[in-house]
Amino acid sequence: MSTEITHDGAHDEHDHHDHGPDKGLMRWVTTTNHKDIGTLYLWLSFIMLLYGGSMAMIIRLELFQPGLQWVEPHFFNQMTTMHGLVMVFGAIMPAFVGLANWLVPMMIGAPDMALPRLNNWSFWILPFAFTMLASTTFMEGGAPAFGWTFYAPLSTTFAPDTTDFFIFAVHLMGISSVMGSINIIATILNMRAPGMTLMKMPLFVWTWLITAYLLIAVMPVLAGAVTMMLTDRHFGTSFFDAAGGGDPVMFQHIFWFFGHPEVYIMILPAFGIISAIVPTFARKPLFGYSSMVYASASIAILSFMVWAHHMFTTGMPVAGELYFMYATVLISVPTGVKVFNWVTTMWKGSMTFETPMLFALGFIVMFTIGGFSGLMLGVAPVDTQYHDTYFVVAHFHYVLVTGALYSIIAAFYYWVPKWTGHMYDETLGKIHFWWSTIAVNVLFFPQHFIGLAGMPRRIPDYSLQFAEFNAISSIGGFAFGLAQVFFLYIVIKTIKGGVKATDKVWEGATGLEFEELPSPPPYHSFTQAPQVK
Amino acid sequence: MRFLKLSRPGLLMLTGLISMLMASVAQAEYGLNMTESVTPIGRELYSLHMLVFWICVAIGVVVFGAMAWSIIHHRKSKGAVAANFHESTTVEIVWTVVPLLILIGIAIPATGTLLDLEDAKTDAEITVQVTGIQWKWKYTYVDDDVSFISSLAQSSRDVIKDPIGHENYLLEVDQPLVLPVNKKIRFLFHADDVIHAWWVPELAVKQDAIPGFINDSWALIEEPGTYRGQCAELCGKDHGFMPIVVEAVSEADYLAWLDSKKSEAAAAAASAEQEWSMQDLLAKGETVYQANCAACHGPTGAGIPGAFPAMTGSPVVTGDVAGHVDIVVNGKAGTAMAAFKGQLNDVDLAAVITYERNALGNSVGDMVQPSAIKNAR
Repeated sequence: MSTEITHDGAHDEHDHHDHGPDKGLMRWVTTTNHKDIGTLYLWLSFIMLLYGGSMAMIIRLELFQPGLQWVEPHFFNQMTTMHGLVMVFGAIMPAFVGLANWLVPMMIGAPDMALPRLNNWSFWILPFAFTMLASTTFMEGGAPAFGWTFYAPLSTTFAPDTTDFFIFAVHLMGISSVMGSINIIATILNMRAPGMTLMKMPLFVWTWLITAYLLIAVMPVLAGAVTMMLTDRHFGTSFFDAAGGGDPVMFQHIFWFFGHPEVYIMILPAFGIISAIVPTFARKPLFGYSSMVYASASIAILSFMVWAHHMFTTGMPVAGELYFMYATVLISVPTGVKVFNWVTTMWKGSMTFETPMLFALGFIVMFTIGGFSGLMLGVAPVDTQYHDTYFVVAHFHYVLVTGALYSIIAAFYYWVPKWTGHMYDETLGKIHFWWSTIAVNVLFFPQHFIGLAGMPRRIPDYSLQFAEFNAISSIGGFAFGLAQVFFLYIVIKTIKGGVKATDKVWEGATGLEFEELPSPPPYHSFTQAPQVK
Repeated sequence: MRFLKLSRPGLLMLTGLISMLMASVAQAEYGLNMTESVTPIGRELYSLHMLVFWICVAIGVVVFGAMAWSIIHHRKSKGAVAANFHESTTVEIVWTVVPLLILIGIAIPATGTLLDLEDAKTDAEITVQVTGIQWKWKYTYVDDDVSFISSLAQSSRDVIKDPIGHENYLLEVDQPLVLPVNKKIRFLFHADDVIHAWWVPELAVKQDAIPGFINDSWALIEEPGTYRGQCAELCGKDHGFMPIVVEAVSEADYLAWLDSKKSEAAAAAASAEQEWSMQDLLAKGETVYQANCAACHGPTGAGIPGAFPAMTGSPVVTGDVAGHVDIVVNGKAGTAMAAFKGQLNDVDLAAVITYERNALGNSVGDMVQPSAIKNAR
């Protein structure tokens, strides 16, 4: 591949000493710089990925063979719950915020984020929130054990006292997300370089703008849900208690009114990343830019109107089920448009396959597989058979692991030469891709089969006919987990050194961050706004 | 099934992926696809599932085919030069409208199936009320005054550390639900504590059992047999251990079974009138305790600190007998402690309370007679 990459970009190094960062630990505590905060977010996300991943290893270890060998059922439920919470709120969401911090100012020609102190605060809330959440594991009663969806009344009347720590941690995460979103919206709407109209913005900026609005709309809904839990638990209310005139199903409606847009919060920025990477390595402009923007907006709007497709077995009236089925399958239209556009971007291109492109192609194929199972799940009558089985587990891991996580890894390989000024090791990157991709399919593909055959999710033990595929799945799981430790090694190696990256990094790269800034970029990205033609 | 029987922890790992994959592909009972149903509505669901699946396969072939073609032919190393086209309104309209038409093609049969699935009421011949309780099912035949609790069989509990070779592990119960074939059965779902979901794949019934609400669903079983399922909604610690077994039998066998259940209930009521000895109460109490109480309070009465209180030395258990009876019979509001008056009969309650007071490290010395429970209800 070295023929495609020109490594001779010696360039103006460190001519911004006067604006440089403080030294030592306090640099990171007090920083208001978008790159520093982006780095903090990305490291937090990586730590959470390994923490959530180690819980997944415990889950796969217990499920490796039938019978209870390693953990007790109560602890197993803590693992599935904490794995979900940590991966959703700790790994995927902060990684996208970290990427937005690093990239949005550079992509729109701004010196920094619009609200730097708010930016510092929205990051530094998170380590405390996750420390509090994780500490419940060591308390009497244990960590939350009611699933990451924490359905009442299991999470209210029937939950241990530690649940209050969970509630407070969720509040903190919500505050952090809302502040981060306000900052991103303020930056995008106010700090674009002259000439960068909305319809000239890179798709990553567009998808993040839409995502930020989603976050501001739904995080308060989640906060409302956990607050109602809190008052049900301690202050005598009965929001979710039928015996007091409340409604446990209402909890699910409120949760999924947050939860379904949340799904798109975790995938829209990924669409933006893939829309940046595919044109670069196809050496051809993105096909259908404006339809990509409209498709993203349509997905975001539809995401508010489909929440109850998670609840087809709760006994909704049949008219409600019909509506939610129609609305849900409709989402596959704009999502399909995106996939078709990416494939057409590749069509008659001049493609090369460096690591970011490999992860992007992996994303397109495997996210589409997750989309197919999503379409199947959207068909209400058959969903009654898929619901709460491993088929669902397979579905959302295809869209979140080989979807969201793959896009984050692709983004790392694509932009890390720009961030650090060092190329990553291409051979190691390719090994990482193939290792991960084989492992992740061994891990999750058989889960479609065991789900269809009748294995419910969230069980610590299973009957014997599921033994073979669970064993296969566990082997894939261990291999995939190990691959991400290998990724950690690649990350550290790339930060420490490597072949110098050119300013443009990739032959086909476009955008202000590649065309107007050196690698690595100065501490304050654009002190003078570039002119966008 | 041979691979399954040979499996031992180490061996399983060593024989590895290849042998297991071969076994899995070759043998249908490993289940690669949705379980085929024995009800008409289940067969409808199955064909809808296959329809959507094949549509997905067809779209996949087109999309991934185009992608693969492009990856093979339009690569720089083969000297491909990039074209520069980047928009076409016509193409965008086509690939918006065509998927929309496909979706309409899916929605039409799906709507019909859904309407059938949701119609539990029309022409229902037998109504069974299903109550989800942490971690067992209670079945009540509404028209026949028969009611019993069904929980995981002891034989599965006994092999939980090493179940390999144990047929129907975790899918066997002490008392199955017996239903006649070729009758439309309407199920009414309800829960006493948290949300459960009653799922039997072969009957194509999965419905949430929700405290404070009644849901319904239905099945018309066309083939006699034993059909097994599980709770499908996370309901706490032993969610994975509340199976469902349905025995579908001829109508004559069903009626005979109903009669035997009724005489069992009459015998139990008669024994509640008698005076029980300490020894009999303790023996009975141990069985009841292990089946109903041990899941939370522990087989030795140690409980789970912070989640479930211990029995050993508990102030309730070692205190005033009336208080002890009250909490077992009526439960404790706002906690996971259920009211057992709806689940256990007078003899069982008297026996388990006596057992708790005089075993599990306690020795209060008194006993509770079934007649005392009757008065406390």
